[in-house]
Amino acid sequence: MNPTLVVESVHKSFGNIQAVNGVSFSIAAGECVGILGPNGAGKSTLLNICLGVQRHLSGSIKLLGMEMPQQSLAARARIGIVPQKDMLDPDFTCAENLSVYAGYFGLSVSAEKIAELLDFAGLSERNKTAIGNLSGGMQRRLALARALINDPEMIFLDEPTTGLDPQARHLIWERLRNLQESGKTLLLTTHFMEEAERLCDRIIVMDDGRVVAEGSPAQLVETHVEPEVVEVHGVGAKEWLDANAAIAGRRENFGRLSYCHLQDAAPLLAALRDLPYRFVHRRSNMEDVFLRLTGRGLRE
Amino acid sequence: MNVFAPPVFSRRAWRLVTRNFLVWRKLMVSSIVTHLIEPIVFMLGFGLGIGGLVGEINGGSYLQFVAAGMTGYAVMNSASFEALYSAFTRMHVQRTWAAILHAPMLLDDVVTGEWLWAGIKSTFAGVAMLVVLSIIGLAAYPTSLLLLPVFLLSGLAFAGLALVVNALARGYELFSFYFTLFITPMLLLSGAFFPIETLPTPLRILSLFLPLRHVVDMARPLLNGELPPSMLLNITVLAIVAISGLWIANALTKRRFLS
Repeated sequence: MNPTLVVESVHKSFGNIQAVNGVSFSIAAGECVGILGPNGAGKSTLLNICLGVQRHLSGSIKLLGMEMPQQSLAARARIGIVPQKDMLDPDFTCAENLSVYAGYFGLSVSAEKIAELLDFAGLSERNKTAIGNLSGGMQRRLALARALINDPEMIFLDEPTTGLDPQARHLIWERLRNLQESGKTLLLTTHFMEEAERLCDRIIVMDDGRVVAEGSPAQLVETHVEPEVVEVHGVGAKEWLDANAAIAGRRENFGRLSYCHLQDAAPLLAALRDLPYRFVHRRSNMEDVFLRLTGRGLRE
Repeated sequence: MNVFAPPVFSRRAWRLVTRNFLVWRKLMVSSIVTHLIEPIVFMLGFGLGIGGLVGEINGGSYLQFVAAGMTGYAVMNSASFEALYSAFTRMHVQRTWAAILHAPMLLDDVVTGEWLWAGIKSTFAGVAMLVVLSIIGLAAYPTSLLLLPVFLLSGLAFAGLALVVNALARGYELFSFYFTLFITPMLLLSGAFFPIETLPTPLRILSLFLPLRHVVDMARPLLNGELPPSMLLNITVLAIVAISGLWIANALTKRRFLS
């Protein structure tokens, strides 16, 4: 099958800052891929370059077989975009937002199609509601419905659930799974590990404008971190762990909390049972991979 | 990429015109009325107030004289407001332009669409003014019908200038300066309230470069039932301002969006 999106050694800088520094990856039709990275890793810039909205300095991008940005008009006619800030049109109602947006594609869509999309967004009762009167979750759902107006083959989502409460987030996830099942290719950026783990077939981890790891969530956990984690907390815990390094595994300290990454946690757990420290035992997850790859320092 | 390449003209620009028209239609009556009040108050205030003092001017009443000036003012204001405050709101505050650029539309289409729309909207303002003038008997026909293309061309000229300012603006503050330092002096130097012949020579020459002067130059004879003597010059100046304004605005907007 032909890949839907091929990105090859793309570079982009703003002044002296290398925002995207030699990124390559490709996405097959029907795949759901997540780009994971801390703030400022270059995720949104990369997305905008793939869409032909921003220009790259070097490298090549083929979207649906079309060269970007040269053929961006033709490519954008066949994709859907859910931007980070919904960018809905406050001068129109929900239903009008969809019909007016169809106009930008040169499409005139039937009332049935509008009703169908509003139903998908769970906004059937609100077709005449002004955008300002919608909750954040409703606005995001409407932005998702708007991205489907041209029945796109591929959908780009920039942080689709940032700022939403858990209920709203789960509803968006459910809709995205529906879209994936109907054969759409999805590319989303996120910094929610849970979102990436639940939705994505494959994850691309970015940091400082580069791809630092790529694979399925299970592969990434297997490749980059030990399978088990024991988090130990308490006065003197760090010193005790240092003294018992043989059973404490690879350690990362964060304030008074120590993360012990282990192949087998049993010996450490047995020893900790008789000690006054608080501890939690769990399996390693994407968050451990992410922090291992991108570090624990704050990104601002 | 060369941002100063000539603007791309495509029918896609009409998609934005349609969008803006649909919004305008919702608020049509209040939009027309609010834009008419100021020129009509000026016209009646000056026309009747000062008209009593000055008697005849250029062989007609002062009310008739100032009516042409206020028609030009109505068109200028409408186009400038639309291409400054409203366009900036869509571009910067509401991010409507950014959303449109996610559809198969170019920035050229958006800028050209805003330019065309401001031209069309100010034509509506001119027509509303013309209706009022016709009712009170200050518009002679058929020459007044030629005002319609004059309104559109004038609106496009003021829209082009305003979109240049819009492309440079970081906030709404710049627009107050534009109105105070450019639009208001232009109103006084373009023969709207008094004949240009009364100005000292340097200002008379300066007025040749002001688009409003060329609007008023055409509007006054057309409303009085005559053809403008300097129509070719007037049209040429307005067309140059309209096209070069769009061109520069398009380039500066591209630079703004791509940097």
